[in-house]
Amino acid sequence: MRYAMAIDIKKCVGCADCVVACQTENNVPIGYARDWIIEKVEGLYPDLRLHFESQRCNHCDDAPCVRVCPTGASHIIEGGIVKVTHEECIGCGACIEACPYEARYFHPDGYVDKCTFCDHRTSQGDNPACVSVCPTHCMYFGDLDDPESPVSKILREREHYALAPEAGTKPNVFYVK
Amino acid sequence: MKEQLMASGRNIPDLYPHVDVWGFGIPLYLFIGGLAAGILLFAAYFYLKGKGDELPVTVKISTIIPPVIIALGLFFLVEDLHHKAYFWQLMTHFRIQSPMSWGAWVLTVVFVLSIIWPLTFMDDIIKFFEENGRKKWANSFVFINNIIEKTPVLPVVITWSEKNRKLLAGLLLFFGTILGIYTGILLSSMNARPLWNTAILGPIFLTSGISTGTAAIMWMSNNAKEKLMYSKIDFVLILTEIVLIVLMFLGMIWGGEVQVRTAEMFFGGEFTAVFWGIFVGMGLVVPAILEYMEMKGIHVPVAVPAFLVLAGGLLFRIIMVTAGQISTYLF
Repeated sequence: MRYAMAIDIKKCVGCADCVVACQTENNVPIGYARDWIIEKVEGLYPDLRLHFESQRCNHCDDAPCVRVCPTGASHIIEGGIVKVTHEECIGCGACIEACPYEARYFHPDGYVDKCTFCDHRTSQGDNPACVSVCPTHCMYFGDLDDPESPVSKILREREHYALAPEAGTKPNVFYVK
Repeated sequence: MKEQLMASGRNIPDLYPHVDVWGFGIPLYLFIGGLAAGILLFAAYFYLKGKGDELPVTVKISTIIPPVIIALGLFFLVEDLHHKAYFWQLMTHFRIQSPMSWGAWVLTVVFVLSIIWPLTFMDDIIKFFEENGRKKWANSFVFINNIIEKTPVLPVVITWSEKNRKLLAGLLLFFGTILGIYTGILLSSMNARPLWNTAILGPIFLTSGISTGTAAIMWMSNNAKEKLMYSKIDFVLILTEIVLIVLMFLGMIWGGEVQVRTAEMFFGGEFTAVFWGIFVGMGLVVPAILEYMEMKGIHVPVAVPAFLVLAGGLLFRIIMVTAGQISTYLF
């Protein structure tokens, strides 16, 4: 099983519902967020293009955060989800330094916190909170090993890109153009 | 043109405007690690060469510094953790892929060795301070000696170590070198920070660490011959360090866009003056010149180059840690 997410940037309007849904679902402390919206402007005036990207942990296959963790608190579980065991985390910050996506942060309680792909929901067959609330249905989630999963289908049909693949992390969140 | 903007709220000071999770404690610890490794490497090397009596400050006296500063470094290390109550998790895990993990273990080994080493020379240390008119110091070491003699296991360990100093020195050489390299490699393993993500940081930090060790011994030494010898050694080390730093930047300038942008911070960017002017200028070039003068017979107070090298070593690590956290991937 290889969980992945695909986000259709043609449909995303940057409403930040995914952000609020995640904060509510996962009890994220006020001011913090496990996912966030980036507004990107590209091109040369007057030919400018704008799109939104809902960013989060990329649950990389070669996760640098897992490699540098001195205690093994950062680990990969079934389905390729990168998680942090709070009781093993010493709060050294190595994983925050190692992540090219700035997906990790210190929880006010001291341990490192991040997106879990809502593994408590996905293990029950549900979608992550962010995906399930998206009002424009621009987010797709599923198993890349299953050719019929929503994410496999859209990645097969449409052109897509990932963030900073040159960092060698093999990210698993894709943006469909 | 490409511009990006955070559209949703994410008010995390550790991450924006750039990653800032390692403050002053980490560079200070990296400096201490390098300095301790430097001092211990010289002590072990010259002991194995059979120069224990010829270079007493190197082999015996200066080794009272490492255990004290490593303890201080450990304090700063734990102080820097955000989940402090769980720091012992470091000592219940060993992960070979994580330099921080095996580094913590190497540091523990070196810490133990660095405590035992000067304890085996206690008589020489007390004698040294008495001969040099430092009565208070001599008395405090007598006091420490008396306490140790009353503890149950330590005297046995020390007696055993006195008979096996060669083994101890060999271990110090091995683990000291790893400690010196590890302080650089720790940063190299961070994928996302282009300034750090180069393995040449290992040799640079090792060279710089040994150089600061040289400065510390030079400063403590009381005989001109030893001082002159370390001036020569440090001169070579500083030149090596400059070459390695130039190579590091060449690798960056010839690299991809993220590396080029990182190098720009040091060529016209915000770190230009402090790096080239203060660190390379005051911390490397000036002490190198002063040491060269010393070698040519023009006497310079040894404290000047020694202080500059030590301050430069600390500044180098502060700059590397700060600038490294600003350097990032673009996407």
